Amino acid sequence: MAGSNPNAKPMNLTLKVWRQPNRQTEGQIVDYKVNDISPDMSFLEMLDVLNEDLLRKGQDPVAFDHDCREGICGSCDLFINGRSHGPEKGTTTCQLHMRKFSDGDTITIEPWRANAFPVNKDLSVDRSAFDRIIQAGGYVSVNTGGTPDGNEIPIPKEISDRAFEAATCIGCGACVAACKNASAMLFVSAKVSQLALLPQGQVERETRVENMVAQMDIEGFGACTNIGSCAAECPVGISLENIAILNREFLTAKATSNHLA
Amino acid sequence: MVLNSKAPEGPLAEKWDKHKFNVKLVNPANKRKYDVIVVGTGLAGAAAAASLAELGYNVKAFTYHDSPRRAHSIAAQGGINAAKNYQNDGDSVFRLFYDTIKGGDYRAREANVYRLAQVSVSIIDQCVAQGVPFAREYGGLLANRSFGGAQVSRTFYARGQTGQQLLLGAYSALSRQIAYGKVKMYTRSELLDVVVVDGQARGIVTRNLITGEVQTHAGHAVVLATGGYGNVFYLSTNAMYCNASAAWRAHKKGAYFANPCFTQIHPTCIPVSGEYQSKLTLMSESLRNDGRVWVPKTKEIAERVRSGELKPQDIQEDDRDYFLERKYPAFGNLVPRDVASRNAKQMCDEGKGVGSTGLAVYLDFADVIKRTSAEAVSQKYGNLFEMYQKITDENPYERPMRIYPAVHYTMGGLWVDYNLQTTIPGLYATGECNFSDHGANRLGASALMQGLADGYFVIPATIGDQLAATPPKPVTTDHPAFAEAKAGVQARVEQLLSIKGNRTPDEFHKKLGNLMWEYCGMARNAEGLRYAKAEIAKLRKEFWQDVKVVGSGEEMNQALEKAGRVADFLELGELMVDDALDRNESCGGHFREEYATEEGEALRRDDEYAYVAAWEYMGDNQPERLNKEELVFENVKLTQRSYK
Repeated sequence: MAGSNPNAKPMNLTLKVWRQPNRQTEGQIVDYKVNDISPDMSFLEMLDVLNEDLLRKGQDPVAFDHDCREGICGSCDLFINGRSHGPEKGTTTCQLHMRKFSDGDTITIEPWRANAFPVNKDLSVDRSAFDRIIQAGGYVSVNTGGTPDGNEIPIPKEISDRAFEAATCIGCGACVAACKNASAMLFVSAKVSQLALLPQGQVERETRVENMVAQMDIEGFGACTNIGSCAAECPVGISLENIAILNREFLTAKATSNHLA
Repeated sequence: MVLNSKAPEGPLAEKWDKHKFNVKLVNPANKRKYDVIVVGTGLAGAAAAASLAELGYNVKAFTYHDSPRRAHSIAAQGGINAAKNYQNDGDSVFRLFYDTIKGGDYRAREANVYRLAQVSVSIIDQCVAQGVPFAREYGGLLANRSFGGAQVSRTFYARGQTGQQLLLGAYSALSRQIAYGKVKMYTRSELLDVVVVDGQARGIVTRNLITGEVQTHAGHAVVLATGGYGNVFYLSTNAMYCNASAAWRAHKKGAYFANPCFTQIHPTCIPVSGEYQSKLTLMSESLRNDGRVWVPKTKEIAERVRSGELKPQDIQEDDRDYFLERKYPAFGNLVPRDVASRNAKQMCDEGKGVGSTGLAVYLDFADVIKRTSAEAVSQKYGNLFEMYQKITDENPYERPMRIYPAVHYTMGGLWVDYNLQTTIPGLYATGECNFSDHGANRLGASALMQGLADGYFVIPATIGDQLAATPPKPVTTDHPAFAEAKAGVQARVEQLLSIKGNRTPDEFHKKLGNLMWEYCGMARNAEGLRYAKAEIAKLRKEFWQDVKVVGSGEEMNQALEKAGRVADFLELGELMVDDALDRNESCGGHFREEYATEEGEALRRDDEYAYVAAWEYMGDNQPERLNKEELVFENVKLTQRSYK
């Protein structure tokens, strides 16, 4: 099937895919062949081809999470050839296209590997630990209604822009998967920074960072050793600077409050 | 049944205040005795769940995603409208109301639309207070931009990721209520039926997508916030999981489905590149501010472009047809979405389309780059150009973008009254899953506004009216209606697994999508619609004889999930065709070829069709019954839209 580039040649690939029926059963790598893959396909469309083929043969298709396929929902989470979201920098798995691979390639596809992200099935993992960290304090405690006019809270553009950069985290977990310690520091720091930078976040600034970090530890994420692979593999470019902000916020909170032991 | 919108009497501007005074209130101490089920955690659902919990209700919230942060609201790019008049450019609540009614081609309910415009201003305040990082001016105040269909700058935005930032704001409010224990969150749970007891919505049946467990949940009221049905067309800008099943299950339990044929085709999407295509990606409408739309002037030149012999940048000015500028000199490339889409299709139908498939037109930035600079263009549209290049492997700074219309939004949905209550008492519909505010065509930056208006401000005020009349006694799943609904869901799962046919759910879905796109898409006619109706009925029959799903219902089984959704699309698709056949006029996104002006523009027929078509389910394989809500316009004058 011709795509945008009429000269693009279809590819034949070998896939090594992690198969695991459920959390209780051990998994293993299984080899599959896919043929006639257009370079214009997205990586997930290539997996669609595999799954349609498996289903037609009466075999169980490979389970994986995905939804918007526009790089924004944070659902897709494949560890491709040993890298979060594969070889292309600043790209989610759904926006990765097969033209980044060559005919005859062998591609290894695994789920995120982290104790805090247990496998549901095959390539799908449970990332609810991230939700619980946000529930521990990743918000400004305002009820609906009774808020002041939007323009009564002026915010310098540079501050607002920095907060926005931190707020663009899509919660996919690539940072945890990329980290040798399976640390969630980049994820946590993005939310802490966003709200610490903004005037709206000042009231709960100290309790927020303490509670979120405490929850991060409870969930079993590893410690940060400042390697930086999280930021290098982040598909939306969340900066390592946020971790520095988080550390400062945490120390300040600990030095000045007695909210938590 | 006579459809009563329950819109309050009196002057437009006073209706909502008056109504809020007249609805019954639930005593603060009694609120904790009521359980409210909210299904879906996009903008409407997350906002509703958080706000209801803040009021004191016990909320059970459901999403089929792994987290409430992933709903497709997150993908909205452009912005959110609000009648703040921060720009001093003459905006007002009435102007936003007027633009929305007119943009919807006079097929929406005045009272609802006015309320939407009224609460729009509070939405911005709410989101700012939550810490949503909207774009700002150097003085620290909020920035605005202009958007299609409006002559004022009233759109608030956060770069090209407004939906993401608004959803994460609502998600944070929801997370806070989960932490307080006021919201019990059920993730990876898909609604498969609504439970009605003695004519009242009393609960839902869900399937856990990891374990396959079918569960029942009871509540005093059920709020659906389950999005639109654009994926009936298989290819759309919707996310892969977006589906109509919750709304369709509710419909089969008695909720009327309104204006199902009102679907929006967005003109600027990245074209289909091959059979394997799983979804389509939008390029923001804002690009039409600077890009010029054109095709080669003749079929012969177009053929040489398609074969790769000729590059678009080598085609002389004289050999190009800037068809929107030619046909609509007043609005040019900025005509509304429906007009731009239809004209692109017409050019391709005439054989002047480009790209290897011939189903694309150019959106060219060469002029603006020459006038300003590539850098200036990058500042404005950099992220979009980057996304385009990632998907197509073509550089839009050097070569015009190829675009083609794609299904983007559904204006139709469950019929609701002014309280957002469906025709099942106790069942509410919010956001894209209801029909209420956009008429036959939605303006840009209005979907986010409606989802949050419904969730933060409308439902919390109106739901009390029904609950106050309901005794605050605990509701349980003991009633036989729960067991019956659960057994029905389990039987359907078993049936899908037992067919063991030869064709995958996706094969049926693609075929349905092709039929819908071809005959119930950008242009429709009676003959084509009748053909599609027969073909869909045939396809549905084949589905139940030949669909292939492997594995069991007691595990994570994505093919099984898909099969259930496709089964519902196959029924809804036929209703969309019925509705398009009934509406013998052209309006907004519904263009019937038989009803066009001499210049080929949409011809509305207000004398006969100024009504909401609300369809009533009458049983399996029975024709649905049409109920009408007459639309009364007291505050605007109905005019034929003209963009010449």
